[in-house]
Amino acid sequence: MGYHWNWGVFLQPSATGDDTYLGWMLYGFKMTIGLSLSAWIMALILGAVIGVLRTVPNKVLSGFAMGYVELFRNIPLLVQLFLWYFVLPELLPPSLGNAFKQSNPIVQQFLASMLCLGLFTSARVAEQVRSGINSLPPGQKNASLAIGFTLSQTYRYVMLPMAFRLVVPPLTSEFLNIFKNSAVCSTIGLLELAAQGRQLVDYTAQPYESFIAVTVAYMLINVVVMFGMRWVEAHVRVPGYIGGK
Amino acid sequence: MYEFDWSSIPGALPYMAQGMKISLEITVTAVLVGIVWGTVLAMMRLSSITPLSWFAAAYVNFFRAIPLVMVLLWFFLIIPHLLETLFGFPRGSDMRLGSAIAGFSLFEAAYYSEIIRAGIQSVPKGQMAASNALGMSYGQSMRLVVLPQAFRNMVPLLLTQGIILFQDTSLVYVSALADFFGAAYKVGDRDGRLVEMLLFAGAVYFVICFAFSQLVRYYQKKLKTA
Amino acid sequence: MISMNKVSKHYGAFQVLTDCTTHVNKGEVVVVCGPSGSGKSTLIKCVNGLEPFQGGQITVNGVSVGDPKTNLSKLRAQVGMVFQNFELFPHMTIIENLTVAQIKVLGRDQHEAEAKGMQLLDRVGLKVQALKYPGQLSGGQQQRVAIARALAMDPICMLFDEPTSALDPEMINEVLDVMTELAQEGMTMMCVTHEMGFAKRVAHRVIFMDVGHIVEDDSKEAFFANPRSERAQQFLAKILHH
Ligand SMILES: Nc1ncnc2c1ncn2[C@@H]1O[C@H](COP(=O)(O)OP(=O)(O)O)[C@@H](O)[C@H]1O
Ligand SMILES: [Mg+2]
Repeated sequence: MGYHWNWGVFLQPSATGDDTYLGWMLYGFKMTIGLSLSAWIMALILGAVIGVLRTVPNKVLSGFAMGYVELFRNIPLLVQLFLWYFVLPELLPPSLGNAFKQSNPIVQQFLASMLCLGLFTSARVAEQVRSGINSLPPGQKNASLAIGFTLSQTYRYVMLPMAFRLVVPPLTSEFLNIFKNSAVCSTIGLLELAAQGRQLVDYTAQPYESFIAVTVAYMLINVVVMFGMRWVEAHVRVPGYIGGK
Repeated sequence: MYEFDWSSIPGALPYMAQGMKISLEITVTAVLVGIVWGTVLAMMRLSSITPLSWFAAAYVNFFRAIPLVMVLLWFFLIIPHLLETLFGFPRGSDMRLGSAIAGFSLFEAAYYSEIIRAGIQSVPKGQMAASNALGMSYGQSMRLVVLPQAFRNMVPLLLTQGIILFQDTSLVYVSALADFFGAAYKVGDRDGRLVEMLLFAGAVYFVICFAFSQLVRYYQKKLKTA
Repeated sequence: MISMNKVSKHYGAFQVLTDCTTHVNKGEVVVVCGPSGSGKSTLIKCVNGLEPFQGGQITVNGVSVGDPKTNLSKLRAQVGMVFQNFELFPHMTIIENLTVAQIKVLGRDQHEAEAKGMQLLDRVGLKVQALKYPGQLSGGQQQRVAIARALAMDPICMLFDEPTSALDPEMINEVLDVMTELAQEGMTMMCVTHEMGFAKRVAHRVIFMDVGHIVEDDSKEAFFANPRSERAQQFLAKILHH
């Protein structure tokens, strides 16, 4: 077939002249990593809180947490992203909305993306935390109360430390998802990895090289995260404890 | 304060219904193909023939490592180009719907195969032994004894994956294909009513997905008590 | 010490306990037995407020358990409880299991708590296991740790809910020995158990329950010599001929 492979394309100066195409790719790679990690931190904190709330006896709190999870779980990620990016600034008080709209476009895109990915993932983290807590033997809660712990001490010293250990393996897949989901943010113009790959298709005549490079970069992230989480898992394992589910 | 104006919606309903038809078409086809191909992959993965099991493992891990958006971009931008050069398809022919369906099917099969593999493995080993003891072949044991039990337990998970897939079909936006979301976006863009149309689209997705997931939950409860 | 007066409890329409009345004096050992599902666990959990009840009163050392103003955590800290499945905290070492509540609930300092914990571990013969995790111990060892954990709080009385039912037969005696010793020291105890040998040796009184009622509440001598109800006779016949 008539395709001319040219892996040297990455070293050519880019269309804007101030960088190579490899530089574009690295920029996208860093954007994907930075966005995913900041959203992940947000998702972990919010997800832990919401997940715990889902298990407390107070009906108002657990109902709120359930509504939160259902809301973020039943709307497509892309729609949520557009809601944060296009709709929220319009609905904010004008002073705030205008401040957002006048800020640097990259900041706008990054903030909307982080908020979107963070909240979307937090609902899924919350479900994992909840099922971690619920999979603890029910006697553990009774035993903690029986020894004189208050409900909050029971959560703090017994249920949460155990639940978080149980939740590490399922969280691995959520952590992987957040990197993959970050590619959706290319749709609002954020120049992350997938978007840069697409730009290269437009600017160079080498679509295959560009897409292969991006695909390999995602696989690389995947492998690194998997090994990282395996390390975490090994370090939080409780000696002699099997099962839990 | 923002002044809402919902008047674009009624006139655009038929157009959006057309879009919904495309969304559902992609969803249903990809679910069916995904389950069939996913079952094949799962059985390959569990088989004792090493090359088959390696192929299945590589396939599944590959598709699970890359974003759906990337898969779709491959299918929208690269594969048509490849088909044009390889088989002399007419240039610029619109293959977007076909590409979308193919992309989703192949991608989802990787996820379905993991669900199905776990389902097969959840059937006690003794069942296979008992079927073999009755003189059934591997294929018969699988088809008559193991798979029916596995699928019964898997139905809720398969359906939930279907809901996720339905939501993900909105990503055909990257090809400007007018699925439900694409249609809503185009109308909003045309009328300068993006806020209303996006809220409307979000609400429609929420109602459909929430209702369906409640049905799945109800079914799951019945399965447990049955 | 423990006093129950017409305690009743139901889950929806299902009556679990009906008018249960009994008293356990200081230093007394009372064994509760009865068929599975008769409400023994529920009864004993009502004593420290782990299960709420709808009718009647329970007082422990003069404190009303059902009173909403009662600080239940404070009461539970004084009442030791041992569970069928041990319920040690799996993510803490043995010594941490014994000290965590001493420190966080009673406000003891680390040194004091550890000294107390080690002394109790020594007493149940498990001092060398202090730094292991629960999952690394046998069932019998875990249950002895659980008893030590409860004792570390200096309880005024102890509740046992089938402490030997989850154990392999060869481990039952090591746990019963610890309980026997405890009883001989004058601990007030309420024990749900089917170990009739233990009841005969150690108990002062035996309570027999059936479908949520306290059917018999008698001195051990009277209970074993001549159970009044037919249900108790059948129950004893089944259990003793095993
Ligand atoms: N949370 C609950 N909801 C409904 N019924 C329950 C609950 N917990 C226990 N029961 C019922 O209460 C009865 C007494 O239980 P339990 O006190 O555990 O009996 P025992 O310890 O004597 O075996 C049983 O019939 C049991 O099914
Ligand atoms: Mg019981």
